[in-house]
Amino acid sequence: MTRFNNILETIGNTPMVDISQLSPNPDVKMFAKLEGQNPGGSSKDRIALKMVELAERDGAIAPGDTILEPSSGNTGIGLALVAKLKGYNLRIILPENVSPERRQLLEIFGAEVTLSPAEEGSNGAIRMAEKISADEPSYRFLFQYGNPANPLAHYEGTGPEILRDCPEIDVFCAGLGTSGTLMGVGRYLKEHKPDVKIVAVEPPAGELVQGLRNLDDGFIPPIFSGDVLDGKTIARPRESIEGTRRLLNECGIFAGVSSGAAVYGANRYISRAMSEGTVVVLLPDGGWKYLSSGAWTDDLDTVVDRANRINYW
Amino acid sequence: MAVDVKIPTVLRAQADGQASISVDGETVGLVFDQLITKFPGLRPNLIGDDGGMHKFVNVYVNDDDIRFLDKLDTKLEAGDTVTILPAVAGGAL
Repeated sequence: MTRFNNILETIGNTPMVDISQLSPNPDVKMFAKLEGQNPGGSSKDRIALKMVELAERDGAIAPGDTILEPSSGNTGIGLALVAKLKGYNLRIILPENVSPERRQLLEIFGAEVTLSPAEEGSNGAIRMAEKISADEPSYRFLFQYGNPANPLAHYEGTGPEILRDCPEIDVFCAGLGTSGTLMGVGRYLKEHKPDVKIVAVEPPAGELVQGLRNLDDGFIPPIFSGDVLDGKTIARPRESIEGTRRLLNECGIFAGVSSGAAVYGANRYISRAMSEGTVVVLLPDGGWKYLSSGAWTDDLDTVVDRANRINYW
Repeated sequence: MAVDVKIPTVLRAQADGQASISVDGETVGLVFDQLITKFPGLRPNLIGDDGGMHKFVNVYVNDDDIRFLDKLDTKLEAGDTVTILPAVAGGAL
């Protein structure tokens, strides 16, 4: 079915592509799920739609309301798309050091953007959104980090799509942010194929957030549960950008920086723990929003240096 | 048997300002014992009230999170890198 009533119906059912040429072991196959093919350009379209639908069902929001959310970009863009179609206003709290394309996209979709301090990272955006929400209760705060609709979108959508398209899956690997993708897909896969391993890849965010005063400022997303994971690996900017370049140069896949990180993390897991089998890697978005990063064009050291200051995840 | 421990910015004040410390130890737990003996101010940042790892600290051996290996019993080899990082929100949000 390729004819739809509106753009929101095109969310999900993203393609899966064989990228085994990137596998460090010829007996381990790799497949990439291309979430950048969603209409807002990322996997976050799924959770944006699900969070709004469930809040509407529960009577927590109604058209005309203003939705508030901290986002480094992708969830904001997904919400902006949903808000436009469903008749909501949207205010996004965006860390000021994200790539300029993300802010541009939010603004052309009609979202109001409020910047939070770069040195506080995503923690700072969350804190600011919590404060605004407490001070001005007319805002409808969806809070992707703690909203069960976030993992549910992946439990009901992404997970079943992956098992349908790759029933031979042994390992699922994805980036860790809110943890919604890993929790939702991970639970679905483990319920239906208990031997599947779930591997998280994360940026070294704690190295980059300069404004942290002490460990008690730390943050673990309320929806996160370590029980779902079998491994967790750091991908630094250099490895992430190298992965992004390999996707383009060896597979013709134009994907974002966190996609490169996911490929790097999958490769590490394959080298460390697998002699044969099949790995599915989720690529959260396309490369479009990162052209200004120079990820494909500039000298690697220059891009890495920039990535230590600008949030490309 | 020495390993290299990377101290995050937020904890350097408790470690004489050092970013990287060479410590002996067969497991992460033993390395932490050495670190805490040298720098007692690190203890409340590394170890939680229950004697396990502090909730908001992540520890990686060669970039793999030890919570999904053998936690504080994770074995180390000479030349390994132990990276300590605070848990903060991150990722493609």
